[in-house]
Amino acid sequence: MKQFLAFVKKEFYHILRDGRTMLILLGMPIVQILLFGFAINMEVQNIRTVIFDPAQDAITTQISRRIAANRYFNMNKYVSSFDEINRLLQQGEIDVAIVYEQNFNENLIHTKKAQLQIITDASNPNTGTIVANYVMAIIGDYQKEMLRTNSIPYQINIENKLLYNPEMRSAYTFVPGIMGLVLLVICAIMTSISIVREKERGTMEVLLASPLKSWTVLISKTIPYLTLSFVNLITILLLSVYILNVPIQGSLVLLIFISVLFIFLALSLGLLISTAVDTQVVAVLISGIGLMMPALILSGMIFPIENMPLPLQWASSIVPARWYISAVKKVMIEGLGVAHIIKELSVIIGMIIFLIGASIANIKNRLA
Amino acid sequence: MILVKNLHKTYGKVTALNNLSFTVNDGEIFGVIGPDGSGKTSLFRILASVLLPNSGSAEMNGLSVSKDFKKIRNIIGYMPGRFSLYQDLSVEENLKFFATIFSTTIEENYHLIKDIYQQIEPFKKRRAGALSGGMKQKLALSCALIHKPEVLILDEPTTGVDPVSRKEFWDMLKRLKSEGITILVSTAYMDEAGLCDRIALMREGNFIATDTPQNIINSYNETLLAVQTENMSASLSDLRNHPKVKTCFAFGNQHHITVHADLSISDLQHYLNEKGYSTVEIKAIEPTVEDCFMALTNNP
Amino acid sequence: MNENKVIEVSKLTKKFGNFTAVDHISFDVRKGEIFGFLGANGAGKTTAMQMLCGISKPTSGKGTVAGFDILKENEKIKHNIGYMSQKFSLYEDLKVWENIRLFGGIYGMKENEINEKTDELLYRLKFEKERDTMVKSLPLGWKQKLAFSVAIFHTPQIVFLDEPTGGVDPAMRRQFWEMIYEASDQGITVFVTTHYMDEAEYCNRVSIMVDGRIDALDTPINLKEMYLAQSMDEVFRKLARKATRVEN
Repeated sequence: MKQFLAFVKKEFYHILRDGRTMLILLGMPIVQILLFGFAINMEVQNIRTVIFDPAQDAITTQISRRIAANRYFNMNKYVSSFDEINRLLQQGEIDVAIVYEQNFNENLIHTKKAQLQIITDASNPNTGTIVANYVMAIIGDYQKEMLRTNSIPYQINIENKLLYNPEMRSAYTFVPGIMGLVLLVICAIMTSISIVREKERGTMEVLLASPLKSWTVLISKTIPYLTLSFVNLITILLLSVYILNVPIQGSLVLLIFISVLFIFLALSLGLLISTAVDTQVVAVLISGIGLMMPALILSGMIFPIENMPLPLQWASSIVPARWYISAVKKVMIEGLGVAHIIKELSVIIGMIIFLIGASIANIKNRLA
Repeated sequence: MILVKNLHKTYGKVTALNNLSFTVNDGEIFGVIGPDGSGKTSLFRILASVLLPNSGSAEMNGLSVSKDFKKIRNIIGYMPGRFSLYQDLSVEENLKFFATIFSTTIEENYHLIKDIYQQIEPFKKRRAGALSGGMKQKLALSCALIHKPEVLILDEPTTGVDPVSRKEFWDMLKRLKSEGITILVSTAYMDEAGLCDRIALMREGNFIATDTPQNIINSYNETLLAVQTENMSASLSDLRNHPKVKTCFAFGNQHHITVHADLSISDLQHYLNEKGYSTVEIKAIEPTVEDCFMALTNNP
Repeated sequence: MNENKVIEVSKLTKKFGNFTAVDHISFDVRKGEIFGFLGANGAGKTTAMQMLCGISKPTSGKGTVAGFDILKENEKIKHNIGYMSQKFSLYEDLKVWENIRLFGGIYGMKENEINEKTDELLYRLKFEKERDTMVKSLPLGWKQKLAFSVAIFHTPQIVFLDEPTGGVDPAMRRQFWEMIYEASDQGITVFVTTHYMDEAEYCNRVSIMVDGRIDALDTPINLKEMYLAQSMDEVFRKLARKATRVEN
């Protein structure tokens, strides 16, 4: 135990004495949050909206009122033909048109289904998508409420004229992505680098020739990065709550629990890399290309997984960050409970077991 | 006692150790002497239990370096060829760290490292990376000694170290030997051979001679002469051109030449005078270990 | 400037903060001379050599190397010197001829000149068979010989050798020195550091640095007389013992 503590202390010295790296590690989440949160503002406001409502029944009026009441939408007027919608869109006078089918309420009651169409300005696909998402979110909420009051499940079929980016997207949906990325960088990359550095500098040779157990070396290497990860986790949450005004909708305990699981996952990834690699350059390359790139591209942080070609969708399912980001989104943004993230949790736990097993199998008591 | 039998190590097609067998007695300084790439580091790594041989065995005080590596690691102090301390930790922190991982304290074995550590103690707050050659070696040796090992394995501790620091280093090894520690040390400096109790001359994975330095010198069977002239570089080729001179190499301010036994000093003196050298000094000399090494590598 | 002096420095000084690594050294080296530059670890040899090669700017003092001012014309100096150290000289993952070509190219030699001299060099070293060998698979002694040949491939005025023979086997070490002699006969000045004191004897003149100063500079014979010593090893020990400064 004393050996272990001495080793952990040494690791802290290494980190604390490398001021520049410390600064990067602690500053990275702050910069990323601010960058994604403000500079790349994905929020669209003052959406100019028209509604074409041939049905004009109780339900359509309720939905329209909700949209009008939303702070992002400016209700312009009701229109009475598709031609008018086309003209307004072409002239750039509106951003979105919402079209109900005829006999909307009746269809809903008799067939349990009704059609609704969202037509958005395609000239800026990004904005268009975001607007469509907003509308869908509002209708989704409305549907949820209906489900609560009615025993019969009604279904409003939304037809989006711009099936481009069906994900709900705004500044704060980046928060889960950044959390995933930062934890991955610190735990996986930094841990593997710090172990491989000992190999490269020759100090591993002395450690090997000492009674110190290999796993003691590895585990004590992870402690400082575990600590750093917690600091960063808290920074990110504080920033997102107080600066980006993204409240934590779900349980904070659950959020921290899945984050801890993900930290362990990232640490075991780092350990596996370090047992397989002998130079820092290779460690950085593997972590960078093997972990960072997929975490950025395949995790759903930037590009929605649903829109990817199938092979990429499959590939994304082995990207650890994907599952973590998905779980955080559900808990933090959507406020869902543990029952909704069982799948994510089991995948993450499964990955941890696999990676730790693989690292243990790979630990060497000697030089290569 | 260290008992090595038929130790064999290859890296792909390269043979690093070729069926080495030797013993090292308790409390002796055993030097492995050979140029870079002769296999010293592979041998020392295997003995330090951090590398596995392809075949053969090595036992240290009855413990196998392959099977009992956990126990071995408690009784050895190992100093690899490269400076292997933490550059960003201070002198004191390094020493403390190594004491702790060997479950001991600096105080417990201070007597053992006192002579060495005292020389660097004034700079104990300094980061190890900011020390230079001689001091780094002293710190590394202190760290390797702090758990009072029974066997000390030092891989080229004096490489790149200046002659004065090297001398000091060897004095320290002498004192450690008197504490009963068995010392295995490798070096590429032939002049350090005389400081060992027994030496092994190593070349291309083989021990080409294993004995006391004096016995190795005694078994030298060439006629060795030292020649000095007023123009050393010119006389080198003139000497080599003499039909009865076998080899001729510069050794400091002299040339060491091996000659056929029937060549007399006066004949050679005459030959050089004829070649136009006016000050010629020739005498028969005792070989050095370096002469022996060269003779042994010349006629394998 | 004296025609025969290829290195001439006066009161050359380098300070790092309040630490004086090189302390007002003055000396000159003649054309074709083999100049041994000795000193204990931390005496300031490396720093002094970096200043002479134009890599490090002196804090004060002045001097010329190969006829160029070390303060103002350091880029020109680099074209007229060769450099080889034990640690780095050749690219291990390039073939023998590729290394030669590369360094010839770096020093701006013409294609046909490189080709011609490459053949000649390989012939002289008896390396023709190794033309396409990766440098990493050559034995150390061969590498060092090749590295030296490459360092003087562009016929520089001066070649700086930083512990060129460390760890090399005894016979190779001597062959290496014979190559140094040849270069010196061709008029190339050789500036060399070593920890082998027998090699100090092979130098025309030897300087010994202690605590950043040059405490002794003369021929090996004169130094031995002056310090009443049998060998350069003894001279070195007598001088280096005087060192008071904390190694840095």
